[in-house]
Amino acid sequence: MTLPLLLFYCFAAVLVCSALGVIVSRNPVYSALSLVMCFATSAAIWLLLEAEFLALVLVLVYVGAVMVLFLFVVMMLDINLERLRAGFTRYLWLGVIVAAVVVFEIVGAVLGRKFGADVAQSGLPVAANASNTTELGALLYSRYVYPFEIAAMLLLVAIVAAIALTHRHRQGLKVQDISRQVAVRASDRVRLVKMEATRRK
Amino acid sequence: MITLAHILTLSAVLFSLSVAGIFLNRKNVLLLLMCIELLLLAANFNFIAFSRYLHQLDGQIFVFFTLTVAAAEAAIGLAIVVVLFRDRRTIDVEELNRLEG
Repeated sequence: MTLPLLLFYCFAAVLVCSALGVIVSRNPVYSALSLVMCFATSAAIWLLLEAEFLALVLVLVYVGAVMVLFLFVVMMLDINLERLRAGFTRYLWLGVIVAAVVVFEIVGAVLGRKFGADVAQSGLPVAANASNTTELGALLYSRYVYPFEIAAMLLLVAIVAAIALTHRHRQGLKVQDISRQVAVRASDRVRLVKMEATRRK
Repeated sequence: MITLAHILTLSAVLFSLSVAGIFLNRKNVLLLLMCIELLLLAANFNFIAFSRYLHQLDGQIFVFFTLTVAAAEAAIGLAIVVVLFRDRRTIDVEELNRLEG
């Protein structure tokens, strides 16, 4: 057993255990932290598979941004855990059966198709000084430039949508509304009252 | 050495765990979102394994886009959860049975 394989087994064991932690832990905070562990070990496995750029992106984007967002939301919401946990094991049998069937079928398909060939040794070996980031960038900005632009637009739309959803108009704030100030008429501010002249007594 | 079968098996286990998680935590929207993230991660494993196996970087480009879409999905999903909680004071899926605003 070589060192990469040994490392792979270690990381895979940690990954599966933390994935179990995500789905069975009592507290959503623990679930989110287990998911962070999942992403970190996945990044390590991706490094073993020589997808260095994506491993770093996974750590930066997922652990750094998405999971922090998850943790913020989990801690911000004051949820009643007991009620959400009620009936937790009611569909346990169904979940276990579906999971077992999925694993059985995929593993059967994988082992039946002679996929045992070495991942790292098949085809041409990668040069020692090859940069995964450079190659990905060359591909991303040439052949996949339009999908890249669409992805950027998608992120922009997601930002706008998330802000528009969660933005709250609070009543009674003393803020300046420029358009209302500009559009004001004299009749809105000054009221002319007609009345009889009176004499001082 | 790490073979393709290793990665595919690991990804199958991860995928089925997240599917089982969707069955178990069917009431908690937050955990459903986390299980979907896990499911997408399992799919990404396949892309990276085959990209390595076939020596084509296109699979990794696809993972890049999957990560983008998953991040957008998480942001909007969490925003919807926050709005939902403000409105109903609960995130229990079983209590979301009214469509009026």
